[in-house]
Amino acid sequence: MQKEQILEVQNVVKHFDISGGILDQLRFNKGKIYLEKKTVKALNGVSLTINKGETFSVVGESGCGKSTLGRTILGLYPPNKGQIFFKGNRIDNLSPKKMLPFRTKMQMIFQDPYASLNPRKTVRTTLEEPIRFHQPSLSKKEIKEKVEEIMAQVGVDPGWADRYPHEFSGGQRQRISIARALMVDPEFIVADEPISALDVSIQAQILNLLMEAQEKRNLSYLFITHDLSVVEHISSRVAVMYLGRICEMGPTENLFDSPRHPYTQALLSAIPKLGETGLKHIKLKGEVPTPIHLPSGCVFHLRCPHANERCKKEIPELITLDNQTQVACHGVEEKRI
Amino acid sequence: MDKLLEVKDLVVKFALRTGTLTALNGINFSLLPGERMGLVGESGAGKSVAGFSIINLISKPGFIAGGEVIFEGEDISKYNFEQMRSIRGNKISMIFQDPMMTLNPVLTIGTQMTETLLAHKQMSKEEATEIAIECLKKVYIPSPETRLKQYPHEFSGGMRQRIVIAISLLTTPKLIIADEPTTALDVTIQAEIMDLLLELCIKEKMGLILITHDLGVVSQTTQKIAVMYAGRIVEKGKTLDIITNPKHPYTQGLIKALPQTHKKGEKLYQIPGIMPNLNQIPSGCPFHPRCTFKKDICSQIEPSLKSVDKGEVACHLYA
Ligand SMILES: Nc1ncnc2c1ncn2[C@@H]1O[C@H](COP(=O)(O)OP(=O)(O)OP(=O)(O)O)[C@@H](O)[C@H]1O
Ligand SMILES: Nc1ncnc2c1ncn2[C@@H]1O[C@H](COP(=O)(O)OP(=O)(O)OP(=O)(O)O)[C@@H](O)[C@H]1O
Ligand code: SF4
Ligand SMILES: [Mg+2]
Ligand SMILES: [Mg+2]
Repeated sequence: MQKEQILEVQNVVKHFDISGGILDQLRFNKGKIYLEKKTVKALNGVSLTINKGETFSVVGESGCGKSTLGRTILGLYPPNKGQIFFKGNRIDNLSPKKMLPFRTKMQMIFQDPYASLNPRKTVRTTLEEPIRFHQPSLSKKEIKEKVEEIMAQVGVDPGWADRYPHEFSGGQRQRISIARALMVDPEFIVADEPISALDVSIQAQILNLLMEAQEKRNLSYLFITHDLSVVEHISSRVAVMYLGRICEMGPTENLFDSPRHPYTQALLSAIPKLGETGLKHIKLKGEVPTPIHLPSGCVFHLRCPHANERCKKEIPELITLDNQTQVACHGVEEKRI
Repeated sequence: MDKLLEVKDLVVKFALRTGTLTALNGINFSLLPGERMGLVGESGAGKSVAGFSIINLISKPGFIAGGEVIFEGEDISKYNFEQMRSIRGNKISMIFQDPMMTLNPVLTIGTQMTETLLAHKQMSKEEATEIAIECLKKVYIPSPETRLKQYPHEFSGGMRQRIVIAISLLTTPKLIIADEPTTALDVTIQAEIMDLLLELCIKEKMGLILITHDLGVVSQTTQKIAVMYAGRIVEKGKTLDIITNPKHPYTQGLIKALPQTHKKGEKLYQIPGIMPNLNQIPSGCPFHPRCTFKKDICSQIEPSLKSVDKGEVACHLYA
């Protein structure tokens, strides 16, 4: 049976121009003056689909483009190329007005709940704002009831609605920002490192809350995190990114049990395991190159233990393996890995 | 074997306008030469204060209010500033989460490394440069001769942390205190740095106090663990024993809350409540309001560390 898709990303490219003003761009070479543009190639042709009710996780090293992907999907950055569909509707080229109905359906939760909550607004004001904006027909009483209902759902005492963010602990603040996202009854949430700033025992509370909300509301998540044991626990599918490209994507069990891309193999081998002594991870040579100067061919070839001549020249496309995993690697395609 | 370090009944307080707060309430632990210990617990437990107080880096309004820190047979907690300088960055090095706490942004790493050496050892500048290059090689920085001429901002985060480790190796210390040395780094780079630290500790027979909240990292690199809660050590023992058979309800909770110990998608175990503020520590066992095993005595009398099996636990369940 075909699963119902909620989101589709097709070949999305997002580059940031960081060359600055004209004067910063001036270069002088061999007696000629010319302008040099500098761009950060954050996303370089990303395609994926997310199904209704699933948790789709994105992992990868700092700067590989995870947050940019989340923000581009939500329309916070316009993509340079590619298309984004929400329930079959193309949304990447809409005017702000036409985008409005989709804004309530797609919400975001951030890593630092303190920075994302306005310190000068009470919890009540913060929670009422989105609903006043998107559902102006609701009465005062209805809004008040909704605030109390959602606060109770995320486990914050509704009696505390008139307090300010600094009066809450980190975990409670993250509950409040989840409440803010839930106020407008979204169907899809981008959660960008929602638990990274929290303690282990609080992480468990927030993860439970997110899983509960998903079950009750049939929510779909795009979950961004660097904690691979969390990814394994909550997600149905995973995409591994490297320098703005997906190098491997597939059902969580398959990807964790038999990672195929050399980068995924190195990444998974680096997870510190409980009760294991000594370190047995796969060592990668070199450093992650900057997304300003992308390597030719496979973006991973400079650090890959299996790279050959073809890898230096030709960009590998995602191919689908027997176990539904997709891998972009010449070595796997040639059956040498 | 003679102990390398022995921390005895160490008390650290902070004199705040709102009153005096006890951040370390008499902690005890010791380390043999070359031994590696993990100091774990949630945010605010007092892990960093414990690490800093060993080398007397507690700054006002904080102060050491009691106890001893015996390093190679001498109580260094009573050392004055000058005496302490001969220990700090020499026999005991510290590595912080943010490498820029150690690195000076306006000096080349070569200058920083040779200055550190010349401050502690009698030698020529050429000799110091030689040693600096040796240490950069030990942490696998390619072409160290050219790298010496570069500034910290010319390195990636992972490389900066490796340079900090190289600096800490310059004086061949006996003990390294590493406070969340990899928390800001990516998983693959984190593994690389921990690997390096472990290798160097073993090769150079250095002791290590690893401060972290990541039980996975501790489990792979240390031989023993001390678990902290509200400024106290509540459990001590061999690493594998603590991970596989934790005794204190708080340690049990920390391990039970990890996704790794659950079936996929299963609701995660939650420790109820949150860590208390150090100025509002509950009576009796400081963990009792969150404890699912508490008895009457738990809210009345504070349990002290007692030997249980091969480790030590501060909990009335083991009386
Ligand atoms: N608004 C922006 N302007 C210019 N460059 C940007 C912008 N946002 C992101 N970048 C760059 O794009 C690249 C990808 O950044 P992004 O924040 O998506 O990475 P990430 O995978 O989320 O990393 P992290 O794990 O550190 O959060 C980085 O090199 C970053 O510096
Ligand atoms: N400069 C200071 N002034 C006042 N109180 C302080 C100061 N430094 C630390 N404390 C107190 O000591 C407690 C323990 O702090 P410490 O930094 O050791 O925690 P930690 O276990 O290292 O936590 P984290 O995991 O967040 O680093 C803090 O909760 C705080 O109450
Ligand atoms: S395509 Fe080549 S360089 Fe890229 S990961 Fe596969 S083997 Fe390595
Ligand atoms: Mg990000
Ligand atoms: Mg700390």
